[in-house]
Amino acid sequence: MSLTARESAGIRRQIKLPNSEAVKIAVRSLKIRFWRSIITAAGIVLAIAFLTYVVTAGSIENAMRAEDAPMDLAAMQKAATRIWLIAISLLICVVGISNAMLMSVTERYREIGTMKCLGALDWFVVKLFLIEAAFQGIAGSLVGAVIGVFAAVLAGMSEYGFAVFGSMPWGTLFLNIILALLVGAVLSTLGAIYPARRAGRMPPADAMRTEV
Amino acid sequence: MATAAAEVQLKHEYAVKTLGVVKEYVMGKQTLQALKGVDVEIRAGEYISIMGPSGSGKSTLFNMIGGLDKPTRGKVYIDEVDISGLDAFELAWLRCRKIGYIFQTFNLIPVMTAIENVTLPMIFAGMTTQDAMDKGAELLQLVGLGERIRHKPLELSGGQQQRVACARALANDPAIILADEPTGNLDLRTGHEIIELLRHLNKEKGVTVISATHDLKMLDASDRIIWIRDGRVDKIERRDELDIAIGTVEGENEA
Repeated sequence: MSLTARESAGIRRQIKLPNSEAVKIAVRSLKIRFWRSIITAAGIVLAIAFLTYVVTAGSIENAMRAEDAPMDLAAMQKAATRIWLIAISLLICVVGISNAMLMSVTERYREIGTMKCLGALDWFVVKLFLIEAAFQGIAGSLVGAVIGVFAAVLAGMSEYGFAVFGSMPWGTLFLNIILALLVGAVLSTLGAIYPARRAGRMPPADAMRTEV
Repeated sequence: MATAAAEVQLKHEYAVKTLGVVKEYVMGKQTLQALKGVDVEIRAGEYISIMGPSGSGKSTLFNMIGGLDKPTRGKVYIDEVDISGLDAFELAWLRCRKIGYIFQTFNLIPVMTAIENVTLPMIFAGMTTQDAMDKGAELLQLVGLGERIRHKPLELSGGQQQRVACARALANDPAIILADEPTGNLDLRTGHEIIELLRHLNKEKGVTVISATHDLKMLDASDRIIWIRDGRVDKIERRDELDIAIGTVEGENEA
């Protein structure tokens, strides 16, 4: 005996996780595991702060130079170094953030297996972790971006004095923050989706057995 | 609830049936056969204990029956439906509404309070938050934890955690409760209380209880005992035949 198509369609409607519930569960989970969440977020903050600092320091320098002379050899070298720094800081973001998210999801495989025993679909698991990751990613990136910009402005002040505020490229700084937010959110989401999907697809017995 | 159980009993003779279930685990170059062809038939409303020494494959069989893992070969029928043919939705539905699980290690979600743990399956089943909270409180009352619904698992003793797990297993009025070593991490008295609770649910609500265990206290509560040895069904006994059997059993296990 097998299920008829109609029964099957009925079953489809009977298993659900409303968005409001998912957000509630995710927020609660972040709050209760507050310190663990902070540590994960700290990884994101540091990576994004570094990236934002490097990019913003470049923007400020460009703005200051535009008022001065054309580029000399030393300035060109500095620009080249900057590109390297940006590449490296991006790499740090990719490795740091995805590692932080991978760990924070992987250590909860058992929880994922349990949820599946209680009738969660693979997609519920991904959804819950996605929301958590997005919150952590956006909050961490925002803090990181603000710290990075602040540090870059301080560094600019120490180099150029208060003159730096005269030609401060506020628009570019704002764009840098948006960019950093984007990078942080995308990376932390990707870093969380991968293990959550993997665990979601496992038979629950395997997910619950997995020890990290 | 009793009428629903009676309906189930009329409609489906067997709550669970397995046919030649084989489970192999591949470990590097070696293939380990945890189950070597298991046939069992369990009627709706029965209280079954799956007994056997550790490593005999009883937990593996438990996972197969519960749809928590897929057999390498063979079939598992729950209410006469072959579960290997179910898609992800149907399998989730089965786990959500048909079966309640209880584990040796409790497996409560650590970040959730007792009531949140109990209501989670109801939320998956589409119940509104208020209804779920009402029913969750009722179930926790039933297992004797009415006062502690806001406690987190770590603030509860082992026995209390297992009671929460029992309440959670009952969330969507399942037809079958699967318990894998439910008393394994509990002291004698608390273990006994959990067995009593399972027996009570079996008698009062007509829930089919299948429990993997090596706890001999369980024998007294069971209608039938399925002995697993080395991945095969060794023997199946009814409780009334048990008096003679228990001596040899203890001899075997304690040796």
